Amino acid sequence: MTKMPFDQNSVRADFPILEREIANKKLIYLDSTATAQKPNVVIDAMDEFYRHSNANIHRGVHTLAEEATAMYEKARGQVASLINAASAREVIFTRNTTESINLIAKTWGRENLASGDVIILTEMEHHSNLVPWQMLAEEQDLVLEFVPVTDDYLFDMDAYRKLLVLKPKLVAFTQMSNVLGTITPAKEIIKLAHEAGALTLVDGAQSVPHLPVDVQDLDADFLVFSAHKMVGPSGIGALYGKMDLLNAMPPFMGGGDMIKTVHLRSFVTNQVPYKFEAGTPAIAEAVGFGVAAEYLQNLGMDAVEAHEHSLAEYALERLAEIPSLTVFGPSAEHKGGVASFVMEGLHPHDIAQILDGEGIAVRAGHHCAQPLHEVCGVKATTRASFYIYNTKEEIDALVEGIYKVKEIFG
Amino acid sequence: MDDLYRQLIIERYKTPHYRGHLDPHDIFFEDDNPVCGDHIEVTLRVDDQNLVTEANFDGEGCSISQASADLLMETVHGMNLDEVKELTKDDVVELLGIDLGPVRLKCALLSLKVLKAGAYGLGVDEVSDDLVE
Ligand SMILES: Cc1ncc(COP(=O)(O)O)c(C=O)c1O
Repeated sequence: MTKMPFDQNSVRADFPILEREIANKKLIYLDSTATAQKPNVVIDAMDEFYRHSNANIHRGVHTLAEEATAMYEKARGQVASLINAASAREVIFTRNTTESINLIAKTWGRENLASGDVIILTEMEHHSNLVPWQMLAEEQDLVLEFVPVTDDYLFDMDAYRKLLVLKPKLVAFTQMSNVLGTITPAKEIIKLAHEAGALTLVDGAQSVPHLPVDVQDLDADFLVFSAHKMVGPSGIGALYGKMDLLNAMPPFMGGGDMIKTVHLRSFVTNQVPYKFEAGTPAIAEAVGFGVAAEYLQNLGMDAVEAHEHSLAEYALERLAEIPSLTVFGPSAEHKGGVASFVMEGLHPHDIAQILDGEGIAVRAGHHCAQPLHEVCGVKATTRASFYIYNTKEEIDALVEGIYKVKEIFG
Repeated sequence: MDDLYRQLIIERYKTPHYRGHLDPHDIFFEDDNPVCGDHIEVTLRVDDQNLVTEANFDGEGCSISQASADLLMETVHGMNLDEVKELTKDDVVELLGIDLGPVRLKCALLSLKVLKAGAYGLGVDEVSDDLVE
């Protein structure tokens, strides 16, 4: 991987949607944490798949089936390479992060957890890394414990060490908060979890798109993420798991492709990863996902991280100038490219709506992290988030837009 | 955008005419918008002919949700409860005088949903978006 910064203009030129005008103004897209925009290479690869190679995968021997199967499996390799998985077979295609987590809860969880077992989560989790565990806890009488966020919005390592005394079976945590931008010390969290005898699930929905993530270096047992947040298509995501864990897990959904043999009253499951990929998968989306992973890898995840870090730093500095505006989250050094804020006397919807009139797309609401908003003592925030195609000039425009909001509601 | 923030909406948001909790009241209902956590409650006084004599809202939310609640309370003054039950999405859109996308429409319609649930005497579990279709 290269540490060279990438050329901002050529990256921007890769994303056709950035040509779009909203309210007669050039689109400024600051909502990549919800979903990222897509570069031509991804759009073209999917288009080309449908125009040129479309067929169902596996079992077919005709040319198109062979081609489609090869492209689907190539994509698995591209995604595996981005996260440095030891084998491409450790990458299972799912619909998204949410489905990946549910898969783990409903297979590994049901098989390995029993009444009284402890799962450690954090207060920063997205609903998708909370609700599946709440459901499983209800079903199997499990105990959920939560690592708090510190006063400066970091993962509370001291509290975590204390919770580990409970001998948890699983520690499931986000590597980057989609609200605070907090980057958690994943490697250390995993090391401590392993020492306490727990497995680990890393929610990489925000980290894989924005940081270098190496599952072998982290020693993560499971890592989950979504293509759509990393310049790939919606409808596909990934579950990485260590091979021995995946081998030992029961299948998730039953149907075609996940079986080796089927009789009227019994079946034998297929090998990993097919065991977890029942039915015709999102083939074109997989192709797009692979190309997206390769696109990011070519930019260099170190360079991606550095770019966003400089934007986060600049955004925090500029937003701090605005009276009666509060940003939630840690200082820039611990933070990805996310700025969630509130303004005294102003509702996030109104802020987002007026910014939209300036062509600026930000998100307003609880961002699927209601418990975290409770911790922060607010119902909703306005969130601006940054990615490879964003610039400092766009942050300047955001700040101007916010002044306009103040003027209208002043 | 400037359309969306017509003077009327900003004014009613900043200085609502019908904000507050009526005590005593004949009808009370409250609900949230799960997307943004907005909250609206409506209290009504109704006379023996089923006419609304007083109508108030309370709660918190964006300018669209609060202004539409205030305008709606104004509208229902003097209405028969049966007429209140007949109010529709279009009535609220007309009151606001602006075009809204699906997300903001939910903000605008929260007060109508609460009002109609109250008029029908529904239980908390019986409220659905069908009320404001
Ligand atoms: C930290 C985090 N986890 C999980 C998710 C869920 O991702 P998806 O909706 O693609 O399943 C998100 C998406 O916002 C997220 O930010």
